[in-house]
Amino acid sequence: MFDLYARRRLINAIGLSVSVVAMAFGLFWLCWILWTLLVHGLPAMTPAVFDKMTPPPGSSGGLFNAIYGSVMMTIGGTLIGTPIGIMAGTYLAEFGHRGWLAPITRFINDILLSAPSIVIGLFIYEVYVVHVKHFSGWAGTFALAIIVIPIVIRTTENMLRLVPSTLREAAAALGAPQWKIISFVTLRAARAGIITGVMLAIARISGETAPLLFTSLNNQFWNDDMNQPMANLPVVIFQFAMSPYEDWQKLAWAGALLITASVLTLNILARVLFRQSTSTH
Amino acid sequence: MTATTPPRIVVKDLNFYYGKFRALKDINLDIAEKKVTAFIGPSGCGKSTLLRTFNRMYQLYPQQTATGSIILDGDNILDRSQDLNKLRAKIGMVFQKPTPFPMSIYDNIAFGVKLYHNLSRNDMDERVEWALKKAALWVEVKDKLKQSGMGLSGGQQQRLCIARAIAVKPQVLLLDEPTSALDPISTAHIEKLIDELKEDFTIVIVTHNMQQAARVSDYTAYMYIGDLVEFGETSSVFTNPKRKETEDYITGRFG
Repeated sequence: MFDLYARRRLINAIGLSVSVVAMAFGLFWLCWILWTLLVHGLPAMTPAVFDKMTPPPGSSGGLFNAIYGSVMMTIGGTLIGTPIGIMAGTYLAEFGHRGWLAPITRFINDILLSAPSIVIGLFIYEVYVVHVKHFSGWAGTFALAIIVIPIVIRTTENMLRLVPSTLREAAAALGAPQWKIISFVTLRAARAGIITGVMLAIARISGETAPLLFTSLNNQFWNDDMNQPMANLPVVIFQFAMSPYEDWQKLAWAGALLITASVLTLNILARVLFRQSTSTH
Repeated sequence: MTATTPPRIVVKDLNFYYGKFRALKDINLDIAEKKVTAFIGPSGCGKSTLLRTFNRMYQLYPQQTATGSIILDGDNILDRSQDLNKLRAKIGMVFQKPTPFPMSIYDNIAFGVKLYHNLSRNDMDERVEWALKKAALWVEVKDKLKQSGMGLSGGQQQRLCIARAIAVKPQVLLLDEPTSALDPISTAHIEKLIDELKEDFTIVIVTHNMQQAARVSDYTAYMYIGDLVEFGETSSVFTNPKRKETEDYITGRFG
C-alpha cells in the first residue's frame, strides 16, 4: 500500500521535472530570440524609421514606405479574406450537416490551411501577376487574403460548433427563420471567438514574406498606388538583413522588432478580448 | 383517454422515429385548454420527444420523423404544408437549460415579437414590460433592461425565457423540464408562475419530478418506453392509478 503510494509520488515528481525542463528549454530559445531582437532592434528604432523611405545602400533612411505597404496589404487581405471566411465557416457549421459539399470543402480547407505560403505566392504570380505583367500591391493583397480565408473558416466553424444547440432550438421555437437564427443568435454568441480568429489571421499575415516575394515584390520609393510594386516590411527585412551594408542591417532589425511588437500586441489584444467576452457570458 | 374540459390539442395515432427507432407508439391524448398537462415517466420514455412534436422541433434534425396527427385549430400540425413559423407563433417553448440570447434583456424579448409584429417603440416597450411582469421578473430587471441577459442568475434567466416565449402571445406553452437546472427557491418561483400563467395559456410540462407534476398539473400522462400508459386528472392518477405500472412508478418502486 505504502509502496504503491511512494511509487506514484516518485513518478509524479519525475513527470513534473521533465515537463519543467521542457518548458525551460522552449522558453530559453524564445527569450534569446526576443533578447537579440531587442538588443539590435531598439538602438535602430529612430524617428527616421517612421518618416523616411528605404534608403539606397550606404545612406541613412527609414522604413516608412515599407510600413505603409505592409499595413495596406494586411488591411486589404483581411478585408477580403474575413467576410469570405466567416460566410464559408458559417456554411460549414450551420448547413453542413447533410450532403457532400461540406465535407469536401472542409477537407480542401484543411489542405489550404497547411499549404506552404510560398505556394500561395506562386499561385497568385501565375494567375494574376503574369497576366497583368507587373508586380503590385493588389497581388500581394490577394495572396494574403488567400492565407486569411482558411484560418477564418476554421475558427468560425469551430466557434459556431461550440454554440449549444439548445440556443438554436430556442430561437427556432420562437419561429425565427434560419437566417435570423444564424445572424442574430449563433454568430453573436460566437462573436468573441470569431474575432480572435481574425486577429490571429492578421498576426499570421503581417509576418509573411514568401507570398509577397512573387506578388508585391518591393519598392525603394514612396508608393501609395496599389497597382504598383509595393514595399513591405517582411521583404525589406529579407533583403536588408542579407546585405553587407550596416545601415540596411540596422533597418532590418528595426523592422523585425516592429513586426514582432505589433503581432505580440495583436495576440494580447485578441486574448484580452476573448477573455472579457467569455467571462461576461 | 379523453379529458373532461374541451381539448385544445388532439393527438391521434402519433408515432415518432429517430431514424428507424420507434420512440413513440400510437399515442392518443387530448390537451385541455387553459389547464396544465404534465408528462411524467422515467428517462427515455419519450415524454420530451412527445412535447417536441407539438412545435415540430424535431424538424431541425433530418433523421427524425413523425406520423399520425396533432390537431390544433382544425389543422394537423404535422402536415408539411403547415407554416412552421406561424405554428411556432401559436406554440411557445421553454427549455431545460435557460437559453438567453447573447443580447440585452430588452432585445431578448423584442426578438420574438419583431418576427411577427412591427410595433412602434412605445408599443414594444409596453409589450416587453407586460411580458416581464407576466413572468414575475419585471421588478428585478426594470432598471437594467439594456444589460446582457447572460448576466442574470439561472432562475432569472429561466423566467426571462418564459417572458420571451409569452411576449409573442402564444396560445400554448411547452415547458421541457423547466426547473431541472434550478435551485429550490427558483423552482418555487417558476411553479407559482405556471399556476398564474394557466389563466391565459394552455400549458404542457415535461418533468422528472413527480411531486412537481402533482403540485402544478391538472392532468397527468404517465409514459413508459414510448407508450402512453395512463392519462387522466392528476388527482386520480396520483391517488388512484388504474394501472399497476403507474402505481409502481409514482410510489417510487421503480424509475
